[in-house]
Amino acid sequence: MKLEAVREILDCRVIGGGDKLDQEIEVGCGADLMSDVLAFIKPNALLLTGLTNVQSVRTANVAEVRAIVYVRGKFPDQDAVELALEEGIVLLATNLPLYESCGRLYARGLAGGSECAEGLSDVHRAALLSTL
Amino acid sequence: MSIEPLFCQRFEISGKDFINAGKASTTIKAILREIGIRPAVIRRAAIACYEAEMNVVLYARKAIMELRVTPQEIRIQVEDEGDGIPDVGRAMQPGYSTASDEIREMGFGAGMGLPNIKNNADTLQIHSVVGQGTTLEMAIGL
Repeated sequence: MKLEAVREILDCRVIGGGDKLDQEIEVGCGADLMSDVLAFIKPNALLLTGLTNVQSVRTANVAEVRAIVYVRGKFPDQDAVELALEEGIVLLATNLPLYESCGRLYARGLAGGSECAEGLSDVHRAALLSTL
Repeated sequence: MSIEPLFCQRFEISGKDFINAGKASTTIKAILREIGIRPAVIRRAAIACYEAEMNVVLYARKAIMELRVTPQEIRIQVEDEGDGIPDVGRAMQPGYSTASDEIREMGFGAGMGLPNIKNNADTLQIHSVVGQGTTLEMAIGL
């Protein structure tokens, strides 16, 4: 799914990286705890989160996340915005809550992490399956 | 006989320094990219480093993180001064966490830190002495 489609589906404001909305993302991940993100996210992902501090962008950077959608009308801290601009990570913001944001994107065909579960280790597959 | 590293650099990490938390790991990621390591290996090293660095910032007083790159592997050692881990076995269980509400509000304390390091490294050794500190040694083959 292209980031431009994400912007439309979630009625997002573009905070940074508006020139990169033609990028294609393969998988989505919604979480507010960054170690959960690092456990389950795949490369070329979209992260949906309510965490607005600079660690949301650092986490995205180390995990090769292409874009972040801040949910529930939240806006990221200034140092998060600056780091994202440096690193080329697209930042979007929506007024929708996390559940509804993920649901809308999933319904339109953006895959979730469990659909890539074969790439996970045994310990993470067990943790993921226990949540389903 | 130990193999001479191609590259070696040390980073100081300060406990409770939330502004700079993660900078050492993003620097290591940039160094590995510069050296020409494969992207999939860089991603694993970056995630493992970042989790280890956040553990220092959240739970320890300070630490030295050392990156060594040899022709065979990336080796990272994180030696902290802190309270230590009383039960390493429990700390390795996914979801087990001793994080305060303050730490969780910052987006950490999911109980996935050490499991994430183990998952991304080929080998992980943890030596911890309660009241003194913890040393992590991890290696990722190239």
